[in-house]
Amino acid sequence: MSRIHVRTTINGDAVEYLCEAGQSLLDVLRDDLGLTGTKEGCGTGDCGACSVLLDGRLVCSCLVLAAEADQRSVETVEGLADGDRLHPLQQKFLDHAALQCGICTPGFLVAARALLEKNPTPSETDVRYWLAGNLCRCTGYDKIVAAVMDAAAQMRKG
Amino acid sequence: MQFAAPRSASEAAALLQAEPGDARVLAGGSDLLVQMKSGALRPDLLVDIKRIPGLDAITAEDGGFRLGAAVPGARLGEHAGVRALWPGVVEAVELIGSTQVQGRATVAGNLCNASPAADAVPALVAADAVARVFGPRGERDCPVSDIPVGPGRNSLAKGEFVASILLPARPKRAADAYLRFIPRTEMDIAVASAGVSLVLDEDGRCTRARIALGAVGPKVLLAEEAAHCLIGTKLEDAALAAMAEACSALASPIDDKRGTVAFRKQVVGVLAKRAAKIAQDRAGGTK
Repeated sequence: MSRIHVRTTINGDAVEYLCEAGQSLLDVLRDDLGLTGTKEGCGTGDCGACSVLLDGRLVCSCLVLAAEADQRSVETVEGLADGDRLHPLQQKFLDHAALQCGICTPGFLVAARALLEKNPTPSETDVRYWLAGNLCRCTGYDKIVAAVMDAAAQMRKG
Repeated sequence: MQFAAPRSASEAAALLQAEPGDARVLAGGSDLLVQMKSGALRPDLLVDIKRIPGLDAITAEDGGFRLGAAVPGARLGEHAGVRALWPGVVEAVELIGSTQVQGRATVAGNLCNASPAADAVPALVAADAVARVFGPRGERDCPVSDIPVGPGRNSLAKGEFVASILLPARPKRAADAYLRFIPRTEMDIAVASAGVSLVLDEDGRCTRARIALGAVGPKVLLAEEAAHCLIGTKLEDAALAAMAEACSALASPIDDKRGTVAFRKQVVGVLAKRAAKIAQDRAGGTK
């Protein structure tokens, strides 16, 4: 069976790949394109570790087929930092020690960035509800929420 | 397995019709791709309907709104017009899954997946929404309540798919509400649920009511007798009690890990009562 030719944009770069009909976007990102920042947790859309933006919309890349990304725009955690300069969210996650094993972290960062772009002044409740689809099994959520609130405050100052 | 992303509804219908094996419609994928991953489904063809022009749009139509089948829940939640006209439908849709799932899952998909506990469905049935079904012989309109027929089964014929859903116009002093019971605060499947849509007259008396119950039968239940208990009333306690009792009597739930028959029958009446009060308040009937 012939593979599907996909032309897409990933973190601003034009990218082409060939994929199988049933292959997930997550698998292509990690296994074919070497973008291993996006993690696989549950593989069924419950844990948020594989969060990416698809045409600016937060989604689980395990529940997107690679073929669906044709002519669309994908943003992954690799697109957060500006060269060696960390995104404020990344820096605040370090400052607040808002991670332990780190598997859930890329998903939290991508999801939190999507929130702050939509709502630069979220309440703690807003943050907790927005991130309810991102599961962390190590640290608990308090430090993560504190890091997001702190990053939001810093980003508002510019 | 083959993947196709047709550019027209007729091309999509032809592909679905021509596939001799299992052909599935892909919209948000939040049910389909999970079922494929678990091995419950092994389709031979996936038809992605999101590239069909118009299916990703919410358009005003005759005082109501037409929701394209490819519109994800998040887009509905961001639409001020739909929120104002059908707040109960929007609140039901917004209860489905996480932010990530909201970015993909569609209202039409929630309907066609035919889960008895689907959150959007009781609200759509209470709203008297109409599905526009596209198929090999063209399009037809169908009440949303006729799409699901039982757990995981819908009434669509081979080659057919839901292209859009019409939320109709409504008069002044009308509103809807949706409530579900889950044992946590969010991201769970309804144990019982109720959608209520009311029209009030100038004195605040109910002139029209539609009540639909979820997760208490093999498919959504339209509670006509319960709705009748509200007609001509201002939702006084006695009318609400009679309505709740009629809901409980109609419910035919199962026992499972999420709730017992007795619990679901009682709770569905309570939810209908509370949803009716919210709808009444939104319609301006308590002022």
